[in-house]
Amino acid sequence: MRWRVLSALLLVMAFVAVACGDDDAATTTAAAQSCEVADLNLITAGQLTVATGEPAFPPWVGTPDGEGFDTPESGIGFEAALAYALAGELGFTDDQVVWVRTGFDDAILSAEKNFDFNLQQYSITAERDEAVDFSDPYYTTAQALVAFPDSAVAGATTLADLKDATLGAQIGTTSLDFIEEVIQPTTAPPVFDTTVDAKSALEGGQIDGLVVDLPTAYYVTAVEIEGSVIVAQFATPSAAPDEYGLLFAEGNSLRDCVNVALAALRADGTLAALEDEWLVAAGGLVVISE
Amino acid sequence: MAPTPIERIERRGPRLLWPRRSSRLSEEGARGALIAAVSTVVVFGLLLVFVLRSDAWPAVQRQFFNWSHFKKSFPLVLDGFWLDVKLFLVAEVLILVIGLTVAMARSLRGPAFLPLRIITIGYIDLARGLPLLLLILLMGFGIPALRLPGVPNSALFWGVAALVFSYAAYTAEVYRAGIDSVHESQRMSARSIGLTQTQSLWHVVVPQAVRNVIPALLNGFVSLQKDVALVFVLGVREGLREADIYNARTFNYTSYIAAAVLFLLVSVPVARLTDWYTDRDRRRKQAMST
Repeated sequence: MRWRVLSALLLVMAFVAVACGDDDAATTTAAAQSCEVADLNLITAGQLTVATGEPAFPPWVGTPDGEGFDTPESGIGFEAALAYALAGELGFTDDQVVWVRTGFDDAILSAEKNFDFNLQQYSITAERDEAVDFSDPYYTTAQALVAFPDSAVAGATTLADLKDATLGAQIGTTSLDFIEEVIQPTTAPPVFDTTVDAKSALEGGQIDGLVVDLPTAYYVTAVEIEGSVIVAQFATPSAAPDEYGLLFAEGNSLRDCVNVALAALRADGTLAALEDEWLVAAGGLVVISE
Repeated sequence: MAPTPIERIERRGPRLLWPRRSSRLSEEGARGALIAAVSTVVVFGLLLVFVLRSDAWPAVQRQFFNWSHFKKSFPLVLDGFWLDVKLFLVAEVLILVIGLTVAMARSLRGPAFLPLRIITIGYIDLARGLPLLLLILLMGFGIPALRLPGVPNSALFWGVAALVFSYAAYTAEVYRAGIDSVHESQRMSARSIGLTQTQSLWHVVVPQAVRNVIPALLNGFVSLQKDVALVFVLGVREGLREADIYNARTFNYTSYIAAAVLFLLVSVPVARLTDWYTDRDRRRKQAMST
């Protein structure tokens, strides 16, 4: 009797192991798989169908100045440019890249995927990974400093320039840890419940600047805090940054070929150059280093 | 020599936990104490057993009463708590002075003082009618955002200002109750020996009034001692905010327990002091009337 229970248990465990091992199995077959355009697992043969959000906004598609807003076909903006770079690396011409639009959550939840991959700043999380597959990260969020142009911190270029500044952050964010552990200002950073409160403190001059991650900084300066600017991006990464990945239908073998292409873009410096061009230079950002 | 009534009463010792008993029952004192002891041990023992044996207790202990989290968070919370104590002391002094001034202004009689009475009544209605948190947000974020020249923008300054604004109104009403409780003949006598209205208030009425309302004032101390923590919404790194930050980092609530312990360590002695004072005052008055 006991043996029967035990063997049943083993059977269940083996089944679970097989089920869980699905993701890994896909990775190991990558080497064996051909990544010629003709052999790729595509929604529509002969073209790369790339999805993004609606509207697609800067600096991911288009520039903060408004150039190329919501037109990924222009190749302007970090994610738009990245998509064309990846397509080129995979062996597609620019004409063979076709853009479609999806909602942010729809793309994860819907059973039918009408794209080969989707990019609209998806943070790679274990929870989402249950429903879809992610590529290796193509962007790791940097920390950024938001302030008004007349602020004392507006000219800062090194961490030392920020030692005497009062820098605020939102509670529970990596930005707060970043201020305390990396910048280490003499004044303990004031901590706010929401960016709206932090905005009030910024407007009242109670804080010289606000530290948030760069994607948030672009949103905050464009939408939430009128007149504020992103003063700089920090060269030092935070301890637990968000990582953005391309989103694929669960089990899509195309992912492994895209990962190979992504690794090539990273190795030859293209990825870093795209980041500098569209996330730093296009926003007029200074980079603050040690 | 037979003890005086006061001595006889004071020998009974503190009556903090025991309701006053008539002398007829005091013969049963020993038996009563035994019953009280047994009953207390049984009731609290059963409660303790019930809590510790409950299925939820391990989770509660892990999340709320986690010793290692307590040790880690306590120094951080304590650090912030000193600021609470300092804020309390500064605010309380201002509140006592301003509250008394307002109460006296409101108690002045005669047609010439009507504008003064209108202003004080208006202020008290306004300050008591608004939630404290609203006042803190309004004054702490709102006024600095106006960027008026010469007006401080410190979150601490406006946090204390809001506390004083609100509490001084309540305290003024406590004082006024005290002033009204002093018999009219006292004021009349003072006036009849040639004191001005203000002089008779200050030298004759107020000293008696304050004595009458000391328990109520101490009650206000206890309340303020907790409410100073509300300045955390302005980003101030006081005790509650430090506990909040720790919780946001670890998802453990023990830091809040650490803060609770600190607040109780201050408020419980003040509450006991109030009880002791009230009790002593009542006994003295009873002694005087016999």
